[in-house]
Amino acid sequence: MAEIRNYTMNFGPQHPAAHGVLRLVLELDGEVIQKADPHVGLLHRATEKLAESKPFNQSIGYMDRLDYVSMMCNEHAYVMAIEKLLHLEPPLRAQYIRVMFDEITRILNHLMWLGAHAIDIGAMTVFLYCFREREDLMDCYEAVSGTRMHATYYRPGGVYRDLPETMPQYQPSQWRSKKDVDRLNSRRSGGLLDFIADFTKRFPACVDQYETLLTDNRIWKQRTVNIGVVSPERAMQLGFSGPMLRGSGVEWDLRRKQPYDVYDKMDFDIPVGVNGDCYDRYLVRVEELRQSNRIIEQCVAWLKANPGSVMIDDRKVRPPRREEMKGDMESLIHHFKLMTEGYCVPAGEVYAAVEAPKGELGVYLVSDGANKPYRLKVRPPGFAHLASLDEMVRGHMLADVVAVIGTQDIVFGEIDR
Amino acid sequence: MSADPGTTAAVATPTRLEALANAITSALPGKLVSAANTAGELTYEVAADELLAAAAVLRDAPDLKFEMCMDVCGVDYLAHGRDEWNTHSATSSGFSRGVTRGGQRAGELPPGRRFAVVYHLLSISLNQRLRLRVFCADDEQPMVDSVTGIWAAANWFEREAFDLFGILFKGHPDLRRLLTDYGFIGHPFRKDFPLSGNVEVRYDPEKGRVVYQPVSIDPRILVPKVIRHDNRYDPQLTNAPVHTASIAKSDG
Repeated sequence: MAEIRNYTMNFGPQHPAAHGVLRLVLELDGEVIQKADPHVGLLHRATEKLAESKPFNQSIGYMDRLDYVSMMCNEHAYVMAIEKLLHLEPPLRAQYIRVMFDEITRILNHLMWLGAHAIDIGAMTVFLYCFREREDLMDCYEAVSGTRMHATYYRPGGVYRDLPETMPQYQPSQWRSKKDVDRLNSRRSGGLLDFIADFTKRFPACVDQYETLLTDNRIWKQRTVNIGVVSPERAMQLGFSGPMLRGSGVEWDLRRKQPYDVYDKMDFDIPVGVNGDCYDRYLVRVEELRQSNRIIEQCVAWLKANPGSVMIDDRKVRPPRREEMKGDMESLIHHFKLMTEGYCVPAGEVYAAVEAPKGELGVYLVSDGANKPYRLKVRPPGFAHLASLDEMVRGHMLADVVAVIGTQDIVFGEIDR
Repeated sequence: MSADPGTTAAVATPTRLEALANAITSALPGKLVSAANTAGELTYEVAADELLAAAAVLRDAPDLKFEMCMDVCGVDYLAHGRDEWNTHSATSSGFSRGVTRGGQRAGELPPGRRFAVVYHLLSISLNQRLRLRVFCADDEQPMVDSVTGIWAAANWFEREAFDLFGILFKGHPDLRRLLTDYGFIGHPFRKDFPLSGNVEVRYDPEKGRVVYQPVSIDPRILVPKVIRHDNRYDPQLTNAPVHTASIAKSDG
């Protein structure tokens, strides 16, 4: 008689479907998961400890590198925490810019998620379509901050600079013909806002394209319907947030329930799921793509009509402009002190949370009145989601682990920090 | 719900924050001690031996209903209020000698006030937040009860606090290290743990494997930590900014 025993299997840390550096120790009975033990920390860089040794503004760039597919949303939580302690209120235009870029970031993140999730469970084509649109949004990042990913664009009290009036142009080269370059540049004749406005017109049709490939696709439904079901009560108990919570039918969105910046002026809907399975979470995220597009449209319209300052006019926080420094001794002193020492933040503690694409990203900041944070704690949404992986995959087949990891939208930059 | 309930409610009825504070006082009389907060949030301290009872009430009482525990984190108050650069008198010895390594402070930290565990609670049904802080009585072996039985979400957050701060959670089902390397020694987020760590790894061609050795770099202070008194943020002064609207917004 054959001896029947469980297998223990290593999944990752170098597996392409592990979304980075997840080492998953799986205990299998045949092909059925008995236990999943995620080993994380392979990307641990001690961001929070590093932030303790630097003036406040120097850590904004680290925030981009937490969840490296929703960069500006992380910055947003961090600068909001500092603003709360300093009692700063950024100018309205800066708030609109932030909301617009938060939503651009949400689309960036969801496109990355959709492409990767689909490729993980067998739909190759979606990935290519998603990255086509991501490219345009990356160009928006580049136009506004100079970098395509790690923007470091938000500042306590506003944003680094106003939106550019012109878009960078493609140049003909031996790899790109004149005809190609003209086609690429045709959308770049105006400023950044025109480019984004053009994108928002095109984008709903693109979402329809993704949906024709997936939503009624028989294989897609076989892989996602009734996989990784989480009840609403359990989702709250496990600390879920974002699409994971909404997929289980809990209508909770910080943008609506605890609005920050100008989200209370925006008109958008919160999609919720019914069954709490992978398919519902897919539907929720796809609908969020459309809703984010709506918010961007509203922001573009407002920003076109309302020029103005994008940074608070507080000399103790905002470095002076170059021209001012040339002729004004006070400005030179302010610049010197801000660059060598930074600004001191009053003693206290604060928790600032934003609705990041993956869920609630919170920044808990303790200050003892110094020019550096005393303690910084980032509350990553993916951390709570990954902690529940064991519960979500138990009793499922091995192949479903990939579907569940995909649906959780895990990024190790934020989980390991 | 309306976008900014604080501005309309502030006239006659108590604000949402005050209502929540009253609800907590009546549900847990004498157990939670309110801590001052300038950012318009509610912070309470609870004694370590009353944590579990208080947490259960916070989750289940009908006007509290904190059904979600969003975050659990450790804080090490060892260096709180210490600066590395004297701002009261000018230094005559230059930058490198003007910096005080490890910091300077007038008073010493009282025992039992070094390690704290901070819980961030969220009520979805009532749309309110609360911060709960527990100080560990023993500085050598900090220990608090685990709240995993009340909020399952605390599981990994407590593992992380154990890993990074060495805070033990009594009753935790699986208290292993989470973020640091297998076989890591020490608790890296404690304030007495150097930023550059204690050991580094390199490949040893003679032994044919990766070996650990003491770190060869010296941690440097590039920007000294300074604490400056700023009248604008002094709560004692009457012209200190009071942002009732933003307070209600942040919690509403």
